[in-house]
Amino acid sequence: MKRVTLALSLALAAGLSAQAADAQTLKTIKDRGMLSCGVSQGLPGFSSPDDKGNWTGIDVDVCRAIAAAVLNDPTKIKFVPLSAKDRFTALQSGEIDVLSRNTTWTVSRDTSLGANFTGVTYYDGQGFMVKKSLKVNSALELNSASVCVQTGTTTELNLADYFKANNMKYEVIAFGTIDEAIKAYESGRCDVFTDDSSGLYASRLKLTNPADHVVLPEIISKEPLGPMVRHGDDQWFDIVKWTLFAMVTAEELGITQKNVDEMVKSDKPELKRVLGTDGNLGEQLGLTKDWVIRIVKAVGNYGESFDRNVGAGSPLKISRGLNNLWTKGGLQYAPPIR
Amino acid sequence: MGVQARKPPPQFALKLRRALGGKAGWNGVAVQLVFGAILAWIVYEVISNARTNLETQHIAAGFGFLNNSASFDVNQTLISYSGSDTYFRVFLVGILNTLLVSVVGIFFATVIGFVVALCRLSPNWLVSRVGGLYVEAIRNLPLLFQILFWYLAVLAALPAPRQSLSIFGAIFLNNRGVIVPSPEGQPGFVPFLAALALGIVASLGLRSYALRALFAQGRAIRIWPYVLTLLVGLPLLTMLAFGPPVTFEFPQLKGFNFAGGARIIPEFVALTVGLSTYTAAFIAEIVRAGILSVHKGQMEAGSSLGLSRGATLRLIVVPQAMRVIVPPLTNQYLNLTKNSSLAVAIGYPDLVSVFAGTALSQTGQAIEILVMTMGVYLLISLATSAIMSVYGWRLSRSLGA
Repeated sequence: MKRVTLALSLALAAGLSAQAADAQTLKTIKDRGMLSCGVSQGLPGFSSPDDKGNWTGIDVDVCRAIAAAVLNDPTKIKFVPLSAKDRFTALQSGEIDVLSRNTTWTVSRDTSLGANFTGVTYYDGQGFMVKKSLKVNSALELNSASVCVQTGTTTELNLADYFKANNMKYEVIAFGTIDEAIKAYESGRCDVFTDDSSGLYASRLKLTNPADHVVLPEIISKEPLGPMVRHGDDQWFDIVKWTLFAMVTAEELGITQKNVDEMVKSDKPELKRVLGTDGNLGEQLGLTKDWVIRIVKAVGNYGESFDRNVGAGSPLKISRGLNNLWTKGGLQYAPPIR
Repeated sequence: MGVQARKPPPQFALKLRRALGGKAGWNGVAVQLVFGAILAWIVYEVISNARTNLETQHIAAGFGFLNNSASFDVNQTLISYSGSDTYFRVFLVGILNTLLVSVVGIFFATVIGFVVALCRLSPNWLVSRVGGLYVEAIRNLPLLFQILFWYLAVLAALPAPRQSLSIFGAIFLNNRGVIVPSPEGQPGFVPFLAALALGIVASLGLRSYALRALFAQGRAIRIWPYVLTLLVGLPLLTMLAFGPPVTFEFPQLKGFNFAGGARIIPEFVALTVGLSTYTAAFIAEIVRAGILSVHKGQMEAGSSLGLSRGATLRLIVVPQAMRVIVPPLTNQYLNLTKNSSLAVAIGYPDLVSVFAGTALSQTGQAIEILVMTMGVYLLISLATSAIMSVYGWRLSRSLGA
């Protein structure tokens, strides 16, 4: 079983290595020539493989951006698909260099798991999906319902809180993977399927008749999803953190996959700093001067990645909402690159 | 002058030397001690090193988390449990759910296994081929696949709660499980129980009297009318005197689901059916082998005494076959218990699902939780083998082996 092997390798890594807190992640990746990236087992829009085995999604783009910045090649990635309950052990044991798998940032995860969140790729919130035929209009009408959920998620905890707070009864059926939960929901075992609302839209596409199901309006929690790295390697933490910020900054400055070569020629001081024609910010990070150019060429800016994977240009058609730039009423905000 | 018997040399040191050193004598003992010390040192180093490394990485360690509240829910609990209970309680809930599915699974696997084995050995062509087909089909398909099949097939076949199949308006069957009326104790409950106990004790007494009469004097006494009167009549009388022992709370459709009544969840049914039919295929082969290992002459001796085929099997062949059957049967019981951890695939809340799954990912304390979980499976397995060993030992003794 994967979980047992992961835990054993964690026990071995912790028990046998002289120093498990490996402060050499960047060097290890360069020597290996390959970035090992933990992703989901298939969540359309975030990380899912197509029929040829190519991974796409907004979480995958973060991996590709890191690989582009570090190795100058967005394809040199080993994707490791992980279930919700295996993901942290995989990171702790060193099987993956970065976990980019729609993971909610919470204080307990940030402290007790020996790992750090590096930022927020997607601001999400938990919602409910029900069959249209049940004629339910609000989550508050769900008293006595049976609810399918994926085990080992914040979703499972929010669910308990929400029904308790609203004094409603429910039955929870927790499955190991999202696909098993969806299958049970579709077979009628549950009245309700709950997940992050982006996940609900993505999962709905997998159902036989997506139009027969409706996502209820209530958002019952804050789910800031972001990448994670191990404690003890500040340089690597900085690289992953600023890769995401670089994508957001690129959108802010209007740098796109198409116009990046034009932009390099610009003599605006801010563009020169970001694109590395002036100063050595990339080298301070342990990367090269053209790190932002590499990132944008590989995956585009944050907005392009969003549109392509979950937004208007994707089957999910999720609006930017909270994930818009701060200048446009959203929450995506990158500290200045200078 | 009498001859003084020489005192035998002290035995203890000799035995110790033999046990530890074997043929190498005291040198062997020394080697063993050094080896033991090195092993202990390695284990100590690994554990203390793991502790420091987890600490430097700021990964939470230790068992303190067991007292924190779990704040997630579980849909089948044998003891009362809510989200505000601790992780330790989750641990207990998981153990009990695992035990429940194992015990029920073992019971049905044994029954089905014996029946299939007898079918395979039957002189009837059709019956023996059906038995053979069962064994070949079931044991050659992966278990996880079978459990998923039972789960999804059962769910697909059953209607939604609002269209439940109802039996006399009391028992309901739908894709949320089987809902039966739940009994509630009444004042007449204690006398009823007392009368039933009295009836059972008296029947057992009658039976042993009848057996003694049969063996000592060769008299066959018909006791079943008396037993029936004792077991049914006595409790009926108390019911007339003290009123009904229990009343039933009937399930009512409220909102999405039934309220009231007791419910058997479909995950439990699917898992039990999957585990017991699968293990039964192996048990059937073990039982068949055991029965075939008894000499053919025993069967013939039985029929020459005028015993029917069933009676010969029950009284002569199976008791002798049990000696061969028990050790591999124990293996199958252990397999069934361990296979119950496949529950997580269909959302049955067993130990691996709720504790090594949910609790693990909520706390992140993989090492502690997996050690505890492995410890539980080890204990359950050791206890099962101990019980089976005692049974096997008594069996061999009674057969005079």
